[in-house]
Amino acid sequence: MKDNYQLVIIGGGPAGLAAATTAANQGVCCALLDEQPTLGGQIYRAIESIPKQRTQQLGDEYTRGKPLVTAFRESDTEYYPETKVWSLNKQREIGVLYKDEARIIQADQVIVASGAMERPIPFKGWTLPGVMQAGAGQILFKSAGVVPDNGVVLAGSGPLLLLLAWQYLHAGVDVKALLDVTPLSNHLLALPKLPKALLAHHYLTKGIGYQIELKRAGIPLLFGVSDLRAEGEGYLQKVSFKHFGKQKNIESELLLTHFGVIPHAWLTQSADCKHQWDDSQQCWRPEHDEWGNTSLDGIIVAGDGAGIHGARSAEHAGRLAGLEALFALGIISQTERNKQGIQDRKWMKDERYIRPFLEAYFKIPQSLLATADNDTIVCRCEEVTAGQIRDAVKKGHDNSNQVKFFTRCGMGSCQGRQCSNAVAHIVADEKGESVEKMGHFRGRPPVAPLTLDQLACLNKELI
Amino acid sequence: MNTDVLIVGGGLMGSSIALQLAMRGFKSIVLDKQSPGRHASGVNAGGLRQINRDPAEIPLTVEAAKMWRDIESLVDSDCDARFPGQIRVAENEADMQKLQQRVDLVRSLGYQHEEIIDKKELYQLVPALAPHCVGALICREDGYARPYHALTAFRLKAESLGVKYYSATEVNSLRQEGEGWEVRTSKGMFKSDVLVNCAGAWANNISTMLDEPVPLTPTALMLMVTERLPHFVAPVMGAASRKLSFKQMQNGTLIIGGALLAKLDFATEKTEIDWRKLAESAETVSHFFPQLKDVRIVRAWAGIESYMPDNIPVISASQSFKNAYHAFGFSAHGFQLSPIIGKIMASLIIDGKTDLPIEPFHISRFN
Ligand SMILES: Cc1cc2nc3c(=O)[nH]c(=O)nc-3n(C[C@H](O)[C@H](O)[C@H](O)COP(=O)(O)OP(=O)(O)OC[C@H]3O[C@@H](n4cnc5c(N)ncnc54)[C@H](O)[C@@H]3O)c2cc1C
Ligand SMILES: Cc1cc2nc3c(=O)[nH]c(=O)nc-3n(C[C@H](O)[C@H](O)[C@H](O)COP(=O)(O)OP(=O)(O)OC[C@H]3O[C@@H](n4cnc5c(N)ncnc54)[C@H](O)[C@@H]3O)c2cc1C
Repeated sequence: MKDNYQLVIIGGGPAGLAAATTAANQGVCCALLDEQPTLGGQIYRAIESIPKQRTQQLGDEYTRGKPLVTAFRESDTEYYPETKVWSLNKQREIGVLYKDEARIIQADQVIVASGAMERPIPFKGWTLPGVMQAGAGQILFKSAGVVPDNGVVLAGSGPLLLLLAWQYLHAGVDVKALLDVTPLSNHLLALPKLPKALLAHHYLTKGIGYQIELKRAGIPLLFGVSDLRAEGEGYLQKVSFKHFGKQKNIESELLLTHFGVIPHAWLTQSADCKHQWDDSQQCWRPEHDEWGNTSLDGIIVAGDGAGIHGARSAEHAGRLAGLEALFALGIISQTERNKQGIQDRKWMKDERYIRPFLEAYFKIPQSLLATADNDTIVCRCEEVTAGQIRDAVKKGHDNSNQVKFFTRCGMGSCQGRQCSNAVAHIVADEKGESVEKMGHFRGRPPVAPLTLDQLACLNKELI
Repeated sequence: MNTDVLIVGGGLMGSSIALQLAMRGFKSIVLDKQSPGRHASGVNAGGLRQINRDPAEIPLTVEAAKMWRDIESLVDSDCDARFPGQIRVAENEADMQKLQQRVDLVRSLGYQHEEIIDKKELYQLVPALAPHCVGALICREDGYARPYHALTAFRLKAESLGVKYYSATEVNSLRQEGEGWEVRTSKGMFKSDVLVNCAGAWANNISTMLDEPVPLTPTALMLMVTERLPHFVAPVMGAASRKLSFKQMQNGTLIIGGALLAKLDFATEKTEIDWRKLAESAETVSHFFPQLKDVRIVRAWAGIESYMPDNIPVISASQSFKNAYHAFGFSAHGFQLSPIIGKIMASLIIDGKTDLPIEPFHISRFN
């Protein structure tokens, strides 16, 4: 690894791969860093090494990753797997953990393509062993072929939940039920956005196709579920919920939940790029222009890390970001950049027709965003409950950061990744204010923990 | 808005002063341009340290230590204060001599709170320490508390006695009207009989408005904190000749400091962590506790503090105007002093004098 690059790309998903290939093919000295051992990001995880049969179980969207990765491999980008970026600042100094040693590298341009993470939703019992996020289930399946062998209940909201149910069905998993907590009232709210969504109807047909297959296979699909709870002594034993006014239980030792995805904005937050609250996507995201430029010079965002638009859109945004970096580095002219970007911009627009509909349809209800159950733990690391958070507000702590100072929520080893949004929602709920006003936790580095010994390596080179 | 005393700055100093004034029947309003505890008072390392203080501060720090011991009777909360002592380790004979001189100095001033311990006692107190150390300076009464909790306890107690806090209220200009004050802020005009400058790193803005600018340097100090560990060290640890300051908090995390400076853009109040300096700190910690090398750092941050050239604060009446007072410039060790500063300032304001020797802290020393 060099100390200096013209361009550093953080993240090897569709956005990062497309950005790197675009830039490297026009002669830029660039490096792509990803903490995962394999290329492909979330969606195309392990695409280079996966056995054929599992590829089929994952569906045809998954195989789209192949040509992307091939083109990337053919470019001259230096690729560093298992390389964690733990810090980024406005001088574009990048703190990197590579081969167990911390170092700081410098880039003229940085593309942050850090993707998305699942939206953590604290609900009663979510910290019980046996309750996991659906993404974790999918990651195990993609990277190691591991599936639940004792049955599973899936619960939550969003297209990924349906996709995972479908993937599990094809892998022969006993899916005991799919509990959809999307409020039925969302359907009406989403209706006006349907016509535009029809322009990207392949997503809709795919979703409906999955549902039909699941129903045919006899998997109970329950819509309009509320009051989701995980129950058990020491570990999950049953999932309880309300369905059309009736209290129901399903016995299960595994519950996978999913409540949509939000941008992985920890790096841009800790670099202090400006962020805005996106009410439709119910998340914070870095402010950026149509090329991905953030409020900080030379820091560009692309893909789901810039706002949730899905894998295909991420690929187009990645190419546009790559072009922007080429322009900023003085390698292509503005006219050239605009010209080379036309096709991707058009495709990206087509891809995004579906989004307003999806966002309205799968909008997470307030009752889940800001739990009213005071005993529910919100910050798992520091074991802070919703009640303690509401109490801190009552004592005059007026925003997320003050509540964090007082309760220590968000100060544990996950650095608030799991609770940042929930805390903002609960504080807003308690104060009767907008989430936007409550702010997000100030991004404090390191973005990923590093040991004293790893950090001490920084000064080795000086000796 | 009218009040007896208007306090600029809702940190610990402002809050402690407001509390003591309220206890003596005086009304006050505390203004903060952001929110109480947003700056040094909320993010500091929480060290309650008498050890190794400037001789001028010793009478104050000793009184403050007594107040911390019984802090619950003052603010209805123990502020999570603990008193396992603070240590400065000697690694060789030269270090030992340095520490002995320190003890001699403290004794010559008539104080007993700092003493030397030998190697045997050192390893009884800190068995986990690397084996090469030879002895230490100790102050057995020292310890730590949780800063934002302390600040909140002071604020809540003050509020319960009628003190009013205004957040997001920045003082923009001052005018003396008769013997009182008219203060323009981002949230309108406030009037008071007395004005107190507790504006921390921004205190020079206020003292400049009072025609007495001071050579104050706003400085960003870094700290880092680790994941939780089983308890392995009780006292707060320092070293005679290395930049080291660390303590294991009640919850098992280690707070590592040592007056390391971050980059600071004072105008925007943005700080940036200097990882190379923290790397040195990491190395120093591993030097004294090799078993910690694989412990994970989860967070680093910097807080903005006011430094004076002589590293001691300004605690005095204004020399230019009647009914104006200063308490700022605590140069990275104000947390421990805060309870006594409240008492001192309340006496200065109400009685025109205090029993403690505060002459060395007069603002006129910068004339
Ligand atoms: C758990 C999960 C599962 C998903 N599954 C699907 C799916 O099956 N189908 C689908 O259409 N969409 C899926 N999505 C949505 C999907 O993430 C996006 O649509 C798509 O992957 C976005 O591409 P991207 O390039 O923006 O980011 P990603 O594909 O997420 O790639 C981002 C990469 O950045 C790396 N990274 C992030 N931070 C750092 C750091 N600090 N240091 C080093 N590397 C870092 C990550 O390791 C990751 O490889 C999933 C999302 C999640 C969270
Ligand atoms: C990282 C760090 C570690 C430290 N560790 C220790 C320690 O271990 N032990 C110890 O004893 N001390 C420690 N200190 C020092 C201690 O925190 C400070 O000395 C003390 O908190 C100062 O309190 P204050 O009220 O004067 O300042 P602050 O807490 O900074 O409060 C000043 C307030 O004034 C407000 N203000 C400024 N200008 C205006 C204006 N024009 N209008 C309205 N409001 C205004 C600010 O917003 C601010 O909130 C440390 C400091 C730092 C930064």
